[in-house]
Amino acid sequence: MRSWLFTVVVIVAGAALFAVSRFIQNDYFFFAGYVVLQYIVLSTAWNILGGYCGYVNFGTAALFAIGAYTSVTIHKLLVTSRIYPVSIPELIIIAGVVSAIVGLGIGYLTLRLRGAFFSIATLALAVVIQTFITNWDYVGGSRGAYVIRPQTAPLVGSYIQYLFLVMLVLAVLSIAVARLIERSRLGYGFATIRDDEIAAEASGVPTLRLKLIATTLSGALMGMAGAPLPYYVGYLDPASGFNLAYAVNSIAMPVIGGTTTWIGPLIGAVLLGTLQQWVTVTISSAVSLLIVGLLLVGFVIVAPNGLVGLMRPLFERRHR
Amino acid sequence: MTAVAPLLEVDDVSKRFGGFVALDGVSLTVTPGERLGLIGPNGSGKSTLVNCLCGALHNESGTVRFDGTNVNGMTAHQRTRLGMARSFQLPRPFTSLSLVDNLRIPLIYSANVRRGSHFTAAEIEERCGELLRLVGLDAKSRRLPRDLTQVEMRKLELARAMGADPKLLIADEAMAGLSHSEIEDILKLLDRLNEHGITIILIEHIMRAVMSFSQRLVVLVSGKKIADGNPQDVIRDPEVERAYLGQ
Repeated sequence: MRSWLFTVVVIVAGAALFAVSRFIQNDYFFFAGYVVLQYIVLSTAWNILGGYCGYVNFGTAALFAIGAYTSVTIHKLLVTSRIYPVSIPELIIIAGVVSAIVGLGIGYLTLRLRGAFFSIATLALAVVIQTFITNWDYVGGSRGAYVIRPQTAPLVGSYIQYLFLVMLVLAVLSIAVARLIERSRLGYGFATIRDDEIAAEASGVPTLRLKLIATTLSGALMGMAGAPLPYYVGYLDPASGFNLAYAVNSIAMPVIGGTTTWIGPLIGAVLLGTLQQWVTVTISSAVSLLIVGLLLVGFVIVAPNGLVGLMRPLFERRHR
Repeated sequence: MTAVAPLLEVDDVSKRFGGFVALDGVSLTVTPGERLGLIGPNGSGKSTLVNCLCGALHNESGTVRFDGTNVNGMTAHQRTRLGMARSFQLPRPFTSLSLVDNLRIPLIYSANVRRGSHFTAAEIEERCGELLRLVGLDAKSRRLPRDLTQVEMRKLELARAMGADPKLLIADEAMAGLSHSEIEDILKLLDRLNEHGITIILIEHIMRAVMSFSQRLVVLVSGKKIADGNPQDVIRDPEVERAYLGQ
């Protein structure tokens, strides 16, 4: 399927999902749905660098939190001071730009490392960024910051439904971007980096430049996913912004779904995100993270190519 | 009569790994269309020289000029885009990509850069098909490299190098581990490539193959060039005999 047609299909699917959701009266659906959609964006963003290029990034929480704290900063600078009433889409764009720049910076600092060394470096940089935010009083430091969201929202009335719609648009955008990359010259370049970087260079692939593009794109999408968070939770502190769950889930979901294609992170995020929401309500949030850990270990051992890898032979046999 | 300008000029190139001198002031030139054999015992610096030429390693002193350009400091992909391609001693295919996609990579990242415009999808398909037919792998174009035999893997390496539309092909032990008939296959393929005007440096341990293919032979021992000339003369050189057979 051509990329433009795929984008149209994803937009129509997103619109259909939103139209169906308008018949649901229970607000919890939108709270839970927001989280699942947020994980679709995060896991798709992680997969651009981790899945397509094979560089496992442990710094998702930092880039996500940068998006969230960009919102807090802009909110405080402009909205609280009554200078300009910045809307969430505007915040998302600003957060995307800031996170893209940070992602590019992280890339420059770490991309000469490979394998576990790269992963450890991204984790270390996440800790550095968290320490910086924790000690930055303007955004609340370790105490955190309150963001009072408006009573009503544009388009849909209820604010949680509006946030759900915003995250749905971001999920559609991230899937379309991932699919576009996959079928492009860039996607082929990313695949060669994942398979063999030395052979890629010998074939004319500018590996460092492509990896920087991947960290920038991935960082931008992670930051954009984080931008609405302060409005969703109403209160943001470093412990919630830099929560380990974001880093673990953004790795686990693509690994469980399958990392080499756009649909893997989508499947992983929908299955695991929904399961986590269900377990959080019926048992506890601690157990939900335990389940993620167990599933991650299980899939790495039994099905390293994820559900997509398990299904592919069946699919290929049907089309032979 | 004017002298032909060399395609590759290696001037006094040295490379160290800590205290170990892998290359010690190696100089050589290769003219366009030439078939150069590069031999030497294990550890003599052949692969290090190839890596320094192709940009996988950077020489500490000396210069490498390719097609009139000083390529010192250039990355491997920049050298490939200038027209210097290589195959690897151990095949390094892109394992998640089909054979046709393996060949697509140098076309879209190297050959089109030299051409100055992007290939159309139809041109890419056509060129990939040509390359696969050239190496006899057209029947397996949609297969993954894991489905190939050892000799097919070597052919894929050569085809991928050819995808970059090179002026110079460096074949690093392209025949290692192959049977007699498979070696003949690869030699015929290299002959065909050379007939297309591609300069070839063949690094090989299999003397029969090197002797039948090369117009000129260079011998490296302990990182130094000890002989350079007509293959028949070089193998009778007492210093070369000493290096291979001992005192």
